[in-house]
Amino acid sequence: MLGNLTWAAIPFDQPLPLYATGAVGIVILAVLGLVTVKGWWPYLWRDWLTSVDHKRIGAMYLILGLVMLLRGYSDAIMMRTQQAIAVGDAQGYLPPDHYDQIFSAHGTIMIFFVAMPLVIGLMNFVVPLQLGVRDVAFPVLNSVSFWLTASGALLVNVSLVVGNFARTGWMGYPPLSGLAYSPGEGVDYYLWPLQISGIGTLLTGVNFVTTILKLRAPGMIYFRMPVFCWTALAANMLIIAAFPILTATFVMLLLDRYVGMHFFTNDAGGNQMMYVNLFWAWGHPEVYILILPAFGVFSEVVATFSGKGLFSYRSMVLATLGICILSFTVWLHHFFTMGAGADVNAFFGIMSAIIAVPTGVKIFNWLFTLFRGRIVFTTPILFAIGFMVTFVIGGMTGVLLAVPPVDFVLHNSVFLVAHFHNVIIGGVVFGALAGYNYWFPKAFGFTLDERWGKASFWCWLVGFYLAFMPLYVLGLMGMTRRLEHIPDPGWQPLLLVAEVGAIVIFLGILCQIAQLYVSIRTREVRRDLTGDPWNARTLEWSTSSPPPPYNFAVLPRVETIDAFWEMKRRGVAAVEPAYETIEMPRNSPIGFVIAFFAVIAGFSAIWHIWWLVILGLLAIAVTVLTFGWSENREREVPAADVARMERARLGLGRPA
Amino acid sequence: MHDWRYATPDAPHAPASRARHVPRRSGLVRWLVVGAAVMVASCQPAGVLDPQGPIASAQLLLLINSTAIMLVVVVPVILATLGFAWWYRSSNARASRSWDPAFEGRIEFVTWSIPALIVILLGGVIWIGSHQLDPRAPISANANPLRVDVVALDWKWLFIYPDQGIAAVNQLVVPVGTPVDFRLTSATVMNSFFVPQLGSQIYTMGGMTTHLNLLADQPGEYPGFSANFSGDGFSEMRFVAKAVPAGDFDAWVTQARGAGSALDEAAYAELAKPSQAVPPTTYRSVEPKLFEHIIEQTVSGPEKAGVGAAWCPPAWQVGG
Amino acid sequence: MTIATIDAVSAERVRGRGGGGPAPTRIVVAYGFWIFILSDIVMFSGLFAAYAVLSGNTAGGPTGSELFNLRNVFIETMCLLFSSYTCGLGALSAERRQQARFLVFAVLTFVLGAAFLFIEISEFAGMVSKGAGPSRSGFLSGFFTLVGMHGAHVTGGLVWLVYMVAQVIVKGLRPHVLRRLLCWSLFWHALDIIWIGVLTLVYLMGAG
Repeated sequence: MLGNLTWAAIPFDQPLPLYATGAVGIVILAVLGLVTVKGWWPYLWRDWLTSVDHKRIGAMYLILGLVMLLRGYSDAIMMRTQQAIAVGDAQGYLPPDHYDQIFSAHGTIMIFFVAMPLVIGLMNFVVPLQLGVRDVAFPVLNSVSFWLTASGALLVNVSLVVGNFARTGWMGYPPLSGLAYSPGEGVDYYLWPLQISGIGTLLTGVNFVTTILKLRAPGMIYFRMPVFCWTALAANMLIIAAFPILTATFVMLLLDRYVGMHFFTNDAGGNQMMYVNLFWAWGHPEVYILILPAFGVFSEVVATFSGKGLFSYRSMVLATLGICILSFTVWLHHFFTMGAGADVNAFFGIMSAIIAVPTGVKIFNWLFTLFRGRIVFTTPILFAIGFMVTFVIGGMTGVLLAVPPVDFVLHNSVFLVAHFHNVIIGGVVFGALAGYNYWFPKAFGFTLDERWGKASFWCWLVGFYLAFMPLYVLGLMGMTRRLEHIPDPGWQPLLLVAEVGAIVIFLGILCQIAQLYVSIRTREVRRDLTGDPWNARTLEWSTSSPPPPYNFAVLPRVETIDAFWEMKRRGVAAVEPAYETIEMPRNSPIGFVIAFFAVIAGFSAIWHIWWLVILGLLAIAVTVLTFGWSENREREVPAADVARMERARLGLGRPA
Repeated sequence: MHDWRYATPDAPHAPASRARHVPRRSGLVRWLVVGAAVMVASCQPAGVLDPQGPIASAQLLLLINSTAIMLVVVVPVILATLGFAWWYRSSNARASRSWDPAFEGRIEFVTWSIPALIVILLGGVIWIGSHQLDPRAPISANANPLRVDVVALDWKWLFIYPDQGIAAVNQLVVPVGTPVDFRLTSATVMNSFFVPQLGSQIYTMGGMTTHLNLLADQPGEYPGFSANFSGDGFSEMRFVAKAVPAGDFDAWVTQARGAGSALDEAAYAELAKPSQAVPPTTYRSVEPKLFEHIIEQTVSGPEKAGVGAAWCPPAWQVGG
Repeated sequence: MTIATIDAVSAERVRGRGGGGPAPTRIVVAYGFWIFILSDIVMFSGLFAAYAVLSGNTAGGPTGSELFNLRNVFIETMCLLFSSYTCGLGALSAERRQQARFLVFAVLTFVLGAAFLFIEISEFAGMVSKGAGPSRSGFLSGFFTLVGMHGAHVTGGLVWLVYMVAQVIVKGLRPHVLRRLLCWSLFWHALDIIWIGVLTLVYLMGAG
């Protein structure tokens, strides 16, 4: 009746997950209770949960990413602590089967439910505003994408309290992840949430490529698009080209596990090397999906806070597209040690080195943007400068690992772990935090507190170096990754330094929480009344903060790069434009509803509750068909209302 | 309250940010220095930094050379970033702010050329290094190569010496100066055979054979382990690689032949059962072609995989 | 704040370079759906690659040449190809607002698609009963998944066709219905293209 689900799945006998779940449960109940008591449900449902507005969806992605950062980070602290104390004879506090779940969950959550949502959230909020249009191409699909991602995040976290997570690492290599060696629900808790959120991500890719290529303000030819939109375009093209590979690969692994097929088994003709190839054919473009929008954020931030246009727009665009294409030619560098032979290894090593060229060009472009600028030190520019220094170190170690013989002695060591955290934290996280601080006033109408923001930057920067520089050294000394117990006591001092670094980063996260709390409490002091708090260059700053639901009453006519800067330079038109009726999409609950049933279907699939899987899928089908039948998906904002809203904001969005 | 709108070249100067971009407390600097000192003090030559064979030495040299080549660009870029950020801060009245866009093309040429040249150089290093240090390439030396067959089990290492007819678990004894010609496989999941001080690692995979050639220059004991996560016993999947003078190696072989049990079918089946932290042992004899049999066995698979069963859902077990 | 009139000359100059402003809904929908189909083709190419890698891994079990009945494959291929033809004729009728003719072609397309599925399912059932099911070997896993995934897409397409026919009957051939029909026919033709790949790589090359 309930498949494989029994009471034994709940870890009554394991204090750590039980208390963790208890704590999280209390927080969730408190939040839900607060919302109920204050009567906020109608507002939440109407204005957020069923919203198809890209600005709201973007904000929800960011909230999801930041909340999941807390979960992923608690995994990180637990791992660091275990490694700092389980040295020599000491066994630490985490038995191997827990430790293995923790590092698997850490990687999975950080990549799929922190980094991706942060980056996609920023793209959601900013891209239509920068393109000078009202929303993305398919707003309802956008809502579906978000809620499917949230479903995946929810399902992964359910593994904390019901059953166990995968114990294979975040890559899930077979045969370890196959049925013979992981016979329980763990790997299914990895595969199903990622398939569900993968569909959401793929739909985002379709949505944004269509938006950027087909929906831009009049006059905005390709070479007048902001650089952030170019990087968003490249990232979304990568999503379309790469995520389906992951879908296919996970379909095959699921078939191996559920039906006894032999794609990746040791026996009966399976081929485990094929999984590794397919996984990384997705995996390498994935990291570029994460970093390209971060590069875009830095291009915007460095230009704005240097008070100059970005150096060499065309080089940036060329470099972005170069990285986009090259990212498909390097995947084998993730497994040089699988024995492909010298010619193949050398080819992929050389391609991996080549991809450093456009990346280096970008760094130079930012450098020359700073050159002879007038730099104002806000939190976003601090993250940008911290990124420029940190990322080149990470890029250097990456190119080092791209030399196959060097990789032979560093592969899977903590040197590798340090490298990818170097580029992900120094690149993606710093970019997400810079973007968060930069666009927060546009989204919510007041800037964030600068002092707490700068404090969080310094904690992240110093904490990162303390946490990961020792790992470079330890990797060179021969420490491999994913160790639950440390054999060599000589490694402990460095592991303790790394532990301190992890704590300092945690302080940085606490500073961010403090920043948000303080900023909301004292928001009146930092209200953004002009819509342009940073004296910036691109179109999103020409709207009020927050923008009206339709973004632009009249779509701007674009004639140059940095269209808003040009508008400011030319001055204000004395004539009020002729307001017209604006058609906006209606809100829709189907994103939320589909996600609800997806959670049910996914959970049932994990536990082999077949009747419930079928019911869940049928419910999704009925929802889709019902929505497909509906008329009346748009509502009109009459011209008079538009005029009224615009006049109420009179003087806003215009330079004083 | 800062008014960011006016901090541009086109607009009037306003009081610039009083934000400090240096550490806010000198205590922080003190901690940084302490941290760096601890790291430097803890950085003992070990692992990759302490090569004991020609392969490992060549790889360390490549690592150092490649790093040096890249530092030529990386260090100036980091210094320039910090330097420009500091010098061109808006409160610096002495900094010149004029920017002539006519130079853009020339600078672009340089910004593309520098990384391209570095990468071309590195490309050559990569091509040559990959071929010279190909794991399959035999090492030329004065002695005849020693053949060792390696099998990764859950969670220990089995070393078979097919020419000597003995086997060892979690200890690999090799004569100094003799090239070792490894054939490797796994009886279970993907592992990676790695002795950092001797050089390259290589994956071990079920049903497949990988090849590796290493040589130990000096006598000594070198830690070895699996470098690819393989399950709950992974952390304890360690062995010792002992390089001994040639005479001592023969003595060890003779001693192994005189003690311990035989590694026949039954003993192997017993050994293959999951176990962790297995102490080093030796076997006095080995079933002939055991390595090949293990590969065949892995490929033909256990009964529960359902070979021949057309559509039976496989068995499911609680516990992840 | 904005310049309300678009200069006609400059608009002309930029239109070819993407400066004409947001595209009309019909183009946006078709473009987006086409990109979705491209992503689906990428997914299929993952399965094609897996099949190619595993095609020799028969693990001592039956091979393609032993299992494939090329006569049936030819018949089902013809069914699918003709269904694309009738789909095209249906699309033309819909564009011309000839609702009755559209419905006739839609029914024909459905019948041909269903015939394809019937033959394919019979093939699968026959193979399973001979002990050549998907868990027999890597080759068969790859075969059943690749061909089965295509069949699942065809099934989805047929369900969608029924739904579209219902929409046409109830709502008529209005612009939004036509847009969805356009998407549906893109989908159906794409499935046909993928089938040509399957036919070549799996059946023609595998039976040799």
